[in-house]
Amino acid sequence: MSELKPLQPLDLGAPCACQRVQAGQEPQPTVLEDRGVLVRRVGLGVLLLVAWWFLYQSLAGLAHFATYSVLGLAQGAHLAASVEFFLYDTPKVLLLLALVVFGVGVLRSFFTPERTRRVLAGRSEAFGNVLAALLGIVTPFCSCSAVPLFIGFLGAGVPLGVTFSFLISAPMVNEIAVVLLYGLLGWKVAAIYMGTGLAVAMASGFVIGKLGMERHVEDWVLNIRATNGGEEAPEPSWAGRLEAGAMAVRDIVGKVWPWVVAGIAVGAGIHGYVPEGVLASVMGRGAWWSVPAAVVIGIPMYSNAAGIVPVVHALLEKGAALGTVLAFMMSVIALSLPEMVILRRVLKPRLIGVFAGVVGLGILLVGFLFNVIL
Amino acid sequence: MLIKVLGPGCPKCHEAERLVREAVAEAGVAAEVVKVGDFQEMAMLGVFATPAVVVDGVVRCSGRVPSKGDILGWIGR
Repeated sequence: MSELKPLQPLDLGAPCACQRVQAGQEPQPTVLEDRGVLVRRVGLGVLLLVAWWFLYQSLAGLAHFATYSVLGLAQGAHLAASVEFFLYDTPKVLLLLALVVFGVGVLRSFFTPERTRRVLAGRSEAFGNVLAALLGIVTPFCSCSAVPLFIGFLGAGVPLGVTFSFLISAPMVNEIAVVLLYGLLGWKVAAIYMGTGLAVAMASGFVIGKLGMERHVEDWVLNIRATNGGEEAPEPSWAGRLEAGAMAVRDIVGKVWPWVVAGIAVGAGIHGYVPEGVLASVMGRGAWWSVPAAVVIGIPMYSNAAGIVPVVHALLEKGAALGTVLAFMMSVIALSLPEMVILRRVLKPRLIGVFAGVVGLGILLVGFLFNVIL
Repeated sequence: MLIKVLGPGCPKCHEAERLVREAVAEAGVAAEVVKVGDFQEMAMLGVFATPAVVVDGVVRCSGRVPSKGDILGWIGR
């Protein structure tokens, strides 16, 4: 598709016209007052970061001390190893999660859905798909926003396939999934997940765009043209951005920590008590059919990253192959029955089928690929 | 004053609606608070990220739960 729409200037730093109008209407906090808040917040932030660093560095020693000196468990026993593992990993993952969620929270204050839409409007395909998948990581997104976002993107002239790339990447490739995978399974698995997740989002969106499915979008959606729309809020100050990061930590870590604790407890528990390789015959590399089975089982299921990573951890521990497990995780997060029911409001059944089919196929390929090469 | 809270019904949308109702009660202004769950109406209002708050036709925030301070500012207190 050619770039028919006049492109908006890509200068992300400049506030748009509506924001300027808004800034004129509302009394702005005085610059001095805001600077005082900023200095205090930055000071507090630096202090917390130093405390974070020292705590993170001393976790291994503290876990060891707590296990053998405070609890008095005997060296070398299964139980002691499990307890030490739990006492070390739980705070480690929670600390990592807090830091990354804070950073992403600050980063996201630069990327509103409004801006993402403006950047993507009128983009050609291919490059648009790549950009949309990447923006899916940093644009604030709540899965219940998927349908309004879909309408808003199409209405502003974002091509259908590019819109899909965004909608696939936004829930699947997120900071919670990546931190949990990093904390529990190492940076390689986290990087593989992130890379292949982006690739699936880009490729699936591209394929859906090439199939020319526009007429399978409900007619009323196509008739809506983008109005001014979106948030007419002034650009947040730096103090506001730091606050957004802190809010994200409170919000997300507050919600996710029971999953993390449960996941690590399960991991620590089965570590010594369930025999290794129990799943190797069912979900191992030799069982080729386990990948499609994982995808078919995973598609209708719904869970967020926090809920599924502990399961993934447990499966891998007991001999399931990485490709099979990644395919399962991706299909659970990226596709779900409730989501398809909601999408039915804006998409005709055939497009929903194509969407699920193309994304499912992409995930299947990822699963096979990793079972072969790793 | 007519305040519309837009959202299909996720926890964040309920949170936004609760805060708007609290702010209205606190400010003591005469305002009708309506929950909008219809995607077509959201699109007509130009909103494509939920939760969103629209006060007398002006989109005040979208894609986030506003703070009570924000809302009090919009409704004139």
